[in-house]
Amino acid sequence: MIHSLFLVNASGDIFLEKHWKSVVSRSVCDYFFEAQERATEPENVPPVIPTPHHYLISVLRHRIYFVAVIQSEVPPLFVIEFLHRVVDTFQDYFGVCTEAAIKDNVVVVYELLEEMLDNGFPLATESNILKELIKPPTILRTMVNTITGSTNVGEQLPTGQLSVVPWRRTGVKYTNNEAYFDVVEEIDAIIDKSGSTITAEIQGVIDACVKLTGMPDLTLSFMNPRLLDDVSFHPCVRFKRWEAERILSFIPPDGNFRLLSYHVSSQNLVAIPVYVKHNISFREGSSQGRFDLTLGPKQTMGKAVEAVLVSSQLPRGVLNANLNASQGTYTFDPVTKMLTWDVGKINPQKLPSLKGTMSLQAGASKPDENPTINIQFKTQQMAISGLKVNRLDMYGEKYKPFKGIKYMTKAGKFQVRT
Amino acid sequence: TTDNQNHPPIFELKAELNSDKKEKKKEAVKKVIASMTVGKDVSALFPDVVNCMQTDNLELKKLVYLYLMNYAKSQPDMAIMAVNTFVKDCEDPNPLIRALAVRTMGCIRVDKITEYLCEPLRKCLKDEDPYVRKTAAVCVAKLHDINAQLVEDQGFLDTLKDLISDSNPMVVANAVAALSEIAESHPNSNLLDLNPQTINKLLTALNECTEWGQIFILDCLANYTPRDDRESQSICERVTPRLSHANSAVVLSAVKVLMKFMEMLPKDLDYYGTLLKKLAPPLVTLLSAEPELQYVALRNINLIVQRRPEILKHEMKVFFVKYNDPIYVKLEKLDIMIRLASQANIAQVLAELKEYATEVDVDFVRKAVRAIGRCAIKVEQSAERCVSTLLDLIQTKVNYVVQEAIVVIKDIFRKYPNKYESVIATLCENLDSLDEPEARAAMIWIVGEYAERIDNADELLESFLEGFHDESTQVQLQLLTAIVKLFLKKPTETQELVQQVLSLATQDSDNPDLRDRGYIYWRLLSTDPVAAKEVVLAEKPLISEETDLIEPTLLEELICHIGTLASVYHKPPSAFVEGSRGVQHKRIPGNLGSGESVESPDNGSAAGVTEAPPAVIPSQGDLLGDLLNLDLTPPTTTGPPPISSGMQMGAMDLLGGGLDSLVGLRHNTERSFRSPSPPDYSPTEVGPGGHMGAGFGAPPAVMPASFNAPVSVGLDDLFDLGGGVGMPMGAFNPPKTVWLPAMKAKGLEISGTFVRRAGVIQMEMNLTNKAMSVMTDFAIQFNRNSFGLASAGPLQILTPLSPNQSIEAALPLSTVGPVMKMEPLNNLQVAVKNNIDVFYFSCQYPISMLFVEDGKMERQVFLATWKDIPNDNESQFQIKDCHLNSDAASNKLQSSNIFTIAKRTVEGQDMLYQSMKLTNGIWVLAELRVQAGNPNYTTILKSKQRITSLIIIHTVSERPFCTNWNLICYIL
Repeated sequence: MIHSLFLVNASGDIFLEKHWKSVVSRSVCDYFFEAQERATEPENVPPVIPTPHHYLISVLRHRIYFVAVIQSEVPPLFVIEFLHRVVDTFQDYFGVCTEAAIKDNVVVVYELLEEMLDNGFPLATESNILKELIKPPTILRTMVNTITGSTNVGEQLPTGQLSVVPWRRTGVKYTNNEAYFDVVEEIDAIIDKSGSTITAEIQGVIDACVKLTGMPDLTLSFMNPRLLDDVSFHPCVRFKRWEAERILSFIPPDGNFRLLSYHVSSQNLVAIPVYVKHNISFREGSSQGRFDLTLGPKQTMGKAVEAVLVSSQLPRGVLNANLNASQGTYTFDPVTKMLTWDVGKINPQKLPSLKGTMSLQAGASKPDENPTINIQFKTQQMAISGLKVNRLDMYGEKYKPFKGIKYMTKAGKFQVRT
Repeated sequence: TTDNQNHPPIFELKAELNSDKKEKKKEAVKKVIASMTVGKDVSALFPDVVNCMQTDNLELKKLVYLYLMNYAKSQPDMAIMAVNTFVKDCEDPNPLIRALAVRTMGCIRVDKITEYLCEPLRKCLKDEDPYVRKTAAVCVAKLHDINAQLVEDQGFLDTLKDLISDSNPMVVANAVAALSEIAESHPNSNLLDLNPQTINKLLTALNECTEWGQIFILDCLANYTPRDDRESQSICERVTPRLSHANSAVVLSAVKVLMKFMEMLPKDLDYYGTLLKKLAPPLVTLLSAEPELQYVALRNINLIVQRRPEILKHEMKVFFVKYNDPIYVKLEKLDIMIRLASQANIAQVLAELKEYATEVDVDFVRKAVRAIGRCAIKVEQSAERCVSTLLDLIQTKVNYVVQEAIVVIKDIFRKYPNKYESVIATLCENLDSLDEPEARAAMIWIVGEYAERIDNADELLESFLEGFHDESTQVQLQLLTAIVKLFLKKPTETQELVQQVLSLATQDSDNPDLRDRGYIYWRLLSTDPVAAKEVVLAEKPLISEETDLIEPTLLEELICHIGTLASVYHKPPSAFVEGSRGVQHKRIPGNLGSGESVESPDNGSAAGVTEAPPAVIPSQGDLLGDLLNLDLTPPTTTGPPPISSGMQMGAMDLLGGGLDSLVGLRHNTERSFRSPSPPDYSPTEVGPGGHMGAGFGAPPAVMPASFNAPVSVGLDDLFDLGGGVGMPMGAFNPPKTVWLPAMKAKGLEISGTFVRRAGVIQMEMNLTNKAMSVMTDFAIQFNRNSFGLASAGPLQILTPLSPNQSIEAALPLSTVGPVMKMEPLNNLQVAVKNNIDVFYFSCQYPISMLFVEDGKMERQVFLATWKDIPNDNESQFQIKDCHLNSDAASNKLQSSNIFTIAKRTVEGQDMLYQSMKLTNGIWVLAELRVQAGNPNYTTILKSKQRITSLIIIHTVSERPFCTNWNLICYIL
């Protein structure tokens, strides 16, 4: 099981270590540092690194490497999932997961890590339970604690820990009972030079914020559940009911949680909300290159495309870019060769464009590679897959909750080749 | 100063810890913990912190516990002070405190504390509160790690087994997790004895426990072998819902169970098809997760598509590379794309690969170019398109792209001969830009292979010849072969060229491989050009479709280990020595198509040794027989250099085929063939008589200089032996057997044997490269073994091993390595590494290798010892069909360090009393009874130590292990 954990920052310093079995010397991280040095980019450090006596499994989140040390055969995904849970918990507790936040709360961090793993076995990883065991630090509580001498640590056995609904604590009370669901879809796509879609898929999630008194039992049904053939559920969802009736039936955890995530595969037809017209070219023997980019809305079901951000890594030979943006602002970093154009909203009547020239090193040969264009965007009130919630019902409690569903589509890894 | 605030000096903390104020105390402990967390040593505060332990404040208690776990090991005596509080806390009415106490005690790795832990732990395992029970279950695993014997003696393992039937799913999950961890160090303990009842309980718990518990349970289920296909199906049905879990580790563990159990289902079953369909979406979903998860998923998918390509055959697109994927994801995706490539999707794949070939990352681009070549080889219909894509890429003139393309085009030629040679002209244009050995070698191969179609082939090859000595071996070998091919195709214009290269290879080179190959060609050409043509220009076998498929038995094993480190590294779990102390090989259960019970490598090689036929017993005077049987290197040589195959070949040739060849050569001269004649080696001058002289009179002048020393000494020695009767004969050396078959080691074949020479045990190996690419960087290592055999030096293979080449290597062994009892005793597990991979095999050495030279016991001591040894330690067996008299037998045995101490004759029966001593100092005594006229001998073996009796019992009772003592039969 998981032996130890080291947190390493971008400059390669270990700023926290935790051992769940015997102490493993920090020097084991030298193998990690070697890999880090070899990697051209921080994200290229391989996630599993063998050393003579241990294996190092790491994830990179918020510019911090979480390096787990294992000694025996342990499923690597188990370790990686656990590390993600650690990151999520820190973020949940401290608002951000940064080196500073971790250092400021080092004792809570230590208490949390101790509670999350026992002898390398996961113990309590559900945010609900952890919060009952160790109260998150807030300015108010710190003040109250100082005055009254009370503690951060819960005195009671967390109620959910052993019940059939381990994700929910008992005795929840709210004055305003509300249940909100966000359907968020991300499009991953590769568009080729000519504008045709090579591959496109949708990663969707339904995130919930449920603040309901007591033990509510919810059902959520869809207009078109057939879209969901590849889903991953929160443990609260009754799988049998879904299999039989295509209805989500569940007792929700208290607070924020991800109800389900789904995947609409490349075999379905995926609508593409934006198109790009581009002409990025270099001529042999010339020290100038042409850059010409125009964006437009495509299949948006009448909704506006907003928060558009274009970025592209230009070839190494490009010294500078002299461009003109019809709207928004662009920047070019001559060191990293990264061109970013913050477009904002696309107005279908007046399409945004970015045109001009790129200057190359004098005498240098024409760059071989063609830059890829990365696009980010958002569209509100629409799930691009067409998924729609039919109705939400609550059983088991008498009161009438506020209910709300929001839809949003955004770009995931949306890439246009030139 | 901030640092000072957070981590104040020790003396300040000490004062605060001893403060009367509760609040101040707690803050101080927090500061101590904070210092500890960042790696500062605050162990000096141990007594002060322990004093804070007796408190009602749960947070303070937890903090003190945290501290204790960290430092108890370094302060064991102080830690005892905490025991009472722990014991008391285990009785606390609050289950949280009981659980916390038992949990913390288990983490304090101090023997004295462990003793006190047993009673509280026993209570907690039966606690009324499931939270306490589940914590206690994990505690058993902790305790086992510290003191396994204690856990067994106290019966905790049984209690743990009972917990599998606990009413609470979390307790079940933790019990399974703890048992699985303990079982890792007890491979044969049957701890997780799975039967239909327990399986049912696990499946029930699976639905209700936490995600982590589900992983443990699924991994445990994967070890079960269902009784029939109905049970298999019902387990699959109950596991499939896990494929929709949000936790990717749960999903992958479920995939493992399903992949394994579906093997048992009849393929025509509807459910089988349904299951296949259900497996695709969750695998695809894993690829939309974070890159680290993707990487692990991709490594596993790589296995899955090799085993069941149909699952993902329609999902090619999800493996298309995004330009900002991390490099480790890109490379894996590329690999899978090729595995999924088929006629249906090849156009898309090629378009993608061409796109990738223009990216920035050099490693990725290279792999993409290679991938195009692999597609051509895999999908015949696409070959033409692939070749034209490669030509396009060559036009880019990007140096590494061109080189990579040429390497793969060579492979395409080997797959589709006489089809794409029209592109050779284009390739030749790029000759000058090639600076990597592999690309140069590939180009030279192409020129040589198609010499008849390239007008200026001789010029091209000649241009390489100029810097011959600066080239890498790979290129030199290729150039040698190519020029010989050219010569055989266009003999008239290229005689000079071939002489030049032959003399460069044989006279001016220090590389034995190159010299060998040079001499072989030379001989072939000078002996029989027609035969040479047949040999050198023989039709080559086509290369196989996919060269990098995982070998099927390993693949089967890896499928059973989906989701583990083994699956990430594509190596058997036994390769993870540290972690898996003797993991059993897992196999896919029952009725498989390939179910011919393929032997595991261990058994395979062991059988090889035992089944080897006994060596020919030389009758005296039969020189030839002796020669065949004996080694050519003198036994007196200490620490001999590795014998290159050339020496043996040369020597054997002189003795045998050489004669014919020389006679034949005279006729050949009429065929107007001018044989190349280096100054010191002119075969034409040596007649048959001269040849005999060369062999035994050893006039070195007619031998290639490099062969002189070892061969002539060797031959002298043989000569001696042939003449002298009763001379000490060479110790028994079993014949070489194949230890590592090429198909199990990506083309590397190793055969070998063990010899003992001048007190040094040597492992003599023949390494043969049966793969397509050059092998380099050889190294060897042994696992711990019964007699502490370890290599006394590195494996001396100084030159790369080219395809179809083989090399001999002798590795001196010492007996001072780490010891671990093996089963059978003389089993040796070996790991051999080369530039391609690491391979494992096991072999058995003859026990006689371990008999040391000073194994002759004093007569008196022998007598006393013989009487002392109880009959229990004695065993008797027969040696059949031995025709030596007792003196000859005694001599023969002595050469293997089995010494005759005394001999007496009773009623025509000679009784030899013998002693031998093993490298580890154990004496073995023997009585050998030889009845004149009876070819069957009887031997009685005795030893004081049980261990050797064990050998004897093994060797006698079980046929496969008869090797050791049958050796004595061999020697005789």
